[in-house]
Amino acid sequence: MKQAKSRPLPTNRQIEARFTLIRTLTAAVIALAGCLALILTVSEEPWEAFSAFLFGPLESAKNIATVFETAAPLVYAGLAVSVMFSCNQFNMAAEGAVYVGGLAASAVAVRLSLPVVAHPALALLLGGAAGALVCFLPGLLKVKLGATEVVSSLMLNYIVLYLGVYVLNYLLADPQAGFPATERLPETAKLPTLISRTHFHVGTVLAFALCAVVYLYLYKSRQGYAIRMVGQNEKFARYSGIKVGGTILSAQLAGGFLAGMGGASEILGSYSRFQWVALPGYGFDGVIVATLAGNNPLLVPLGALFLGYLRCGADIMARRSDVATEVLSIVQGTIILLVASKLFLQRIKHKYIVSVAEKREAQAAGADAPAAEAEGGAAHA
Amino acid sequence: MPDILRTVFSVDFVYSALRLTTPVLFAALGSLVADRAGVINIGLEGIMLFSALTGVLGSAYSGSLFVGMLCALVTGMCIALLMAYFSLQMKADIVLTGVAMNLVASGGTVFILYSVCGDKSVSTSLTSMVFPTVDIPVLGDIPVLGDILSGHNVLTYLSLLAVAAVWLFLEKSKPGLRIRAVGENDRAASSVGIHVRRVRYGALLLSGALASFGGMFLSMGMLTYFSKNMTAGRGYIALAAQALGNGSALGTFLSSLVFGCAEALSVSLQGVGLPPQFVQMVPYVATILGLVLYAALRKKNRPVRKHKKRKRGSTT
Amino acid sequence: MADCILSMEHITKVYPNGFVANRDVSLQVQKGEVHALSGENGAGKSTLMKVLFGEEQPESGRIVFEGREIRPEDPISAIRLGIGMVHQHFMLVDSLSVAENIVLGLEPGRFGRFDKREAFRRAAEIIEKYRFSIDARRPVGSLPVGDRQKVEILKALYRGAKLLILDEPTAVLTPQETEELFLQIEQLKAQGHTLIFISHKLREIKQICEHITVLRGGRTVGTARVADVSEQEISRMMVGRDVLLEIDKPPARPGRTVLSVRGVPLSDRPDAPEVSFDLRAGEILGIAGVEGNGQSELCSRLAGLLPVRRGQVRLDGQDIAGRSVRALRALGMSHISEDRMTYGCAADANVEENLFSTTIYQKAYSRFGLLRRKLLDRRADELIREFCIKCTEKKEPVRMLSGGNIQKVVVAREFSGEPKCILANQPTRGIDVGATEFIRNRLLELRSRGAAVLLVSADLNEVLELSDRLLVFAASGVSAYFPDAAAVDEETLGEYMLDLRQMTAQEIGGAVYETS
Repeated sequence: MKQAKSRPLPTNRQIEARFTLIRTLTAAVIALAGCLALILTVSEEPWEAFSAFLFGPLESAKNIATVFETAAPLVYAGLAVSVMFSCNQFNMAAEGAVYVGGLAASAVAVRLSLPVVAHPALALLLGGAAGALVCFLPGLLKVKLGATEVVSSLMLNYIVLYLGVYVLNYLLADPQAGFPATERLPETAKLPTLISRTHFHVGTVLAFALCAVVYLYLYKSRQGYAIRMVGQNEKFARYSGIKVGGTILSAQLAGGFLAGMGGASEILGSYSRFQWVALPGYGFDGVIVATLAGNNPLLVPLGALFLGYLRCGADIMARRSDVATEVLSIVQGTIILLVASKLFLQRIKHKYIVSVAEKREAQAAGADAPAAEAEGGAAHA
Repeated sequence: MPDILRTVFSVDFVYSALRLTTPVLFAALGSLVADRAGVINIGLEGIMLFSALTGVLGSAYSGSLFVGMLCALVTGMCIALLMAYFSLQMKADIVLTGVAMNLVASGGTVFILYSVCGDKSVSTSLTSMVFPTVDIPVLGDIPVLGDILSGHNVLTYLSLLAVAAVWLFLEKSKPGLRIRAVGENDRAASSVGIHVRRVRYGALLLSGALASFGGMFLSMGMLTYFSKNMTAGRGYIALAAQALGNGSALGTFLSSLVFGCAEALSVSLQGVGLPPQFVQMVPYVATILGLVLYAALRKKNRPVRKHKKRKRGSTT
Repeated sequence: MADCILSMEHITKVYPNGFVANRDVSLQVQKGEVHALSGENGAGKSTLMKVLFGEEQPESGRIVFEGREIRPEDPISAIRLGIGMVHQHFMLVDSLSVAENIVLGLEPGRFGRFDKREAFRRAAEIIEKYRFSIDARRPVGSLPVGDRQKVEILKALYRGAKLLILDEPTAVLTPQETEELFLQIEQLKAQGHTLIFISHKLREIKQICEHITVLRGGRTVGTARVADVSEQEISRMMVGRDVLLEIDKPPARPGRTVLSVRGVPLSDRPDAPEVSFDLRAGEILGIAGVEGNGQSELCSRLAGLLPVRRGQVRLDGQDIAGRSVRALRALGMSHISEDRMTYGCAADANVEENLFSTTIYQKAYSRFGLLRRKLLDRRADELIREFCIKCTEKKEPVRMLSGGNIQKVVVAREFSGEPKCILANQPTRGIDVGATEFIRNRLLELRSRGAAVLLVSADLNEVLELSDRLLVFAASGVSAYFPDAAAVDEETLGEYMLDLRQMTAQEIGGAVYETS
């Protein structure tokens, strides 16, 4: 860091970006190595299991489609968490928002009859609105009362779940189903499948398209700018005249909307009825994806695809061997820990920066003086 | 409605409130120790869950309750150590560290369970040792009081002892004094030569140890087997209970008791004909109400406790 | 010198950003004396003491303490050597008792038990020994400031400090507490302790110190026996000007009143002194004074960051009470905060983002809900060029820039868009000469374009060179008003700054033009 300060080099930003990538990849490799070690200890046929885990998702076009389909809800959740984390809010209610979004969308699907395009559109929007409400509450408690959003949002998730199950059982249940579920979602409401025999549907495509939209929102709009500045330095934001409380709330609303829409899209695209009686876990996955992507919406698809790939691989492995899919959570946890560690590989980064600096210096010394000046001049221009 | 009242004022209710307080209380005490050192231990949930599992496994394979207890204890402390390493040494955000630990725990326990028992939800194929219940001689003979206070699991009594022990530790011991100093003003502490990071390591380890007893109670006291995600958010509830307890061991005990009551209420309301979902919601609603109340009170009259505004994440 | 307990010789300290805080500074302290270390803000006193206390490592020079050369690596090793420091910002744990704070780190008791009784006994013993009157059982948080300071001193004494550094100890004390402190200092001296007393309050130095060493601009100006020099002479040593900046300053052509301030308190205390003044377009009103006399509170209030509860502030004729920061900025208020990294910028955000934080909400910068990237990029390029901000690209995180360039980013943001009123709080603190000169010239340019500038600075060169009129903030409140800053000599100014002289209310009232 000191090096960077005392002598700003033209490529410092690139060095940091490159290094972030290296760090993330290293974290993934370490986590996978740990996972292999675990598989080695518990499995009878570790190598088969591991190769199914690593390469299974690539075996067929169908599997590849499944990776995308698995990644879609992770993209929604990752986007949601990215927006909230960008504002430095540790709101975990994305989990509840996904659930509620799915529920609200299926209520619209089974209770209203609308024409083809309008039906899923309304369902998606209402799903998003319901999710926004869920994420809004912890934000409101934080802004108005200063109650820590971490615990309140985690508690809210349980409340939302039980409320949802109540609604499912008492208001939307299909007595013919034999288990707690809504009636079959009408075809008008469903998001059409795009690749047959998979769940690769319109919502999957929408997820990836949304990344661009959220990127525009977060990086190219006034509100997104305010959200990021509040997240970076609240005092600076206040000093600059940015309305801090309102900005925090809008970040929660936007995040919740995305999460809710994710739940809606998942239900309308991949399920024939709404039947969640437990939290789907996508909210926490969103934390992983956002951490991997460094809260950048354009990188969220990569993070989500990576995670989706692992998910898919783990499923295939579980089908073919004696290793449970849950081994994945250990991989995920390790990756978060390593990526979040500010000092992880810091020394190597420092050495890297120093060596680049030395190289530049050598270059500047080797070249004639005008060249060095031109370089400096370019920075001014 | 009279039914509910009768239930709430029954001996059974108070007995089960005390019983259900136990796991939250252990974890809340763990949270208290960490918090007084200036660290938010979000990972309590994961620590409890892992300890619940390893306690069952250890005791089932060794046939010894003591070994089981040791396994759970060591597990809890190891996870706390990992958290300390990542947050204090590697400067990872403490909240993110805790969340990561909880994620690892929720899947990792199932993974281990499946690898060992071939079952993904419960460990009933193993016969776990269970902490015994204790009838207190004289006390047990007193009519109502005896029914409430006697005949509890030994861990319940231990949790009550732990309240006193944590109080003694924080208020009357040298390490406790240093923990309080570090948590309140780490610069002041380090200006007199106290190793801030080391103190926080210690506090997190102790926090992990306490939470591990909460986990053991779940799988080797309240139930006799491990079941998937059996902590059900108690680690988070403990965080809220500790916050409401206003930084003291006794306060933490009282607020944990409130959550125990909420849970007992939710259990005893199950027969009343209310939709079970509302009943299950009670502890979580109570937690949020508690948080709101605490925040509102703190906002109204600032110095409930001199709480230095600290940044999320580790500070050393 | 046989009885010289401490000798710091030829200390040079350069901070990583290239700032030379101490240049060949020397300090000799006799055993058993109270030695004053004096100088303006930024003269290098704190750095010198940090070097002594092990908080900073010098580039060169040596320290001899009790006849032995020492190299304290951290405060703990300095404490072991017998050096104690009483920080200006107390290092105390509020909820712990006096006794607990004193013994913290060296607690009595066996087997991990904290022996509270023994702690109280020891605390009482040391309180008794030095005749401090303080209750060892009270929690520190409930004590008045003067007593907290005593606890800090006792902490150092408990650790066996022979040499005590008191960093501006009277800055936070009431006059009565100050008197009490001085009695205790006499006590400590009588018991063989040596004290270094950092202060710029001349009367106090006269009252209790034997010798004085004055620093200025990172160098030693000299050491003198306090008895041999007058207060005026000390003041001259402290507030002399080293370099006369050649600033081309055309005469002011003040216009109408832009900012009028009436009876605004300088702190939140009920008995806080108040200030009133008018600031006209096209002039610079300087506020000179030692830092911490309410200058920053005043700026925060004027900028909308703190509420105006007492008094009245009008910007362009409009009462600003209850208006948001954005509303004030929209009225033409602009604010350079003294704390660059906390308020002035978002360190991880890039240069461009930092340039537009106050204006991005304006309609011109958005179209169809999206920011007009090209327009912003172009404006950013213009500003970077106009303000000579040295960065490799406009998307470079601000934290990678040097201090001077970060301040130029702040200034570029605050000076663009034709502000009507500029609050410049320490606009050139801690930055290099080039950037300093640049910013000063910009301020003058804005003045000639009709901006009203309130300039707060601890740098005398700066306030005297730039200001048209001058207010002086002393510890007791506003001590002077000069309608023509050019006619003020620094000697007089020093005396007003250090509370040696005080103008009448009527004279100070000259800062107000209209009677309303």
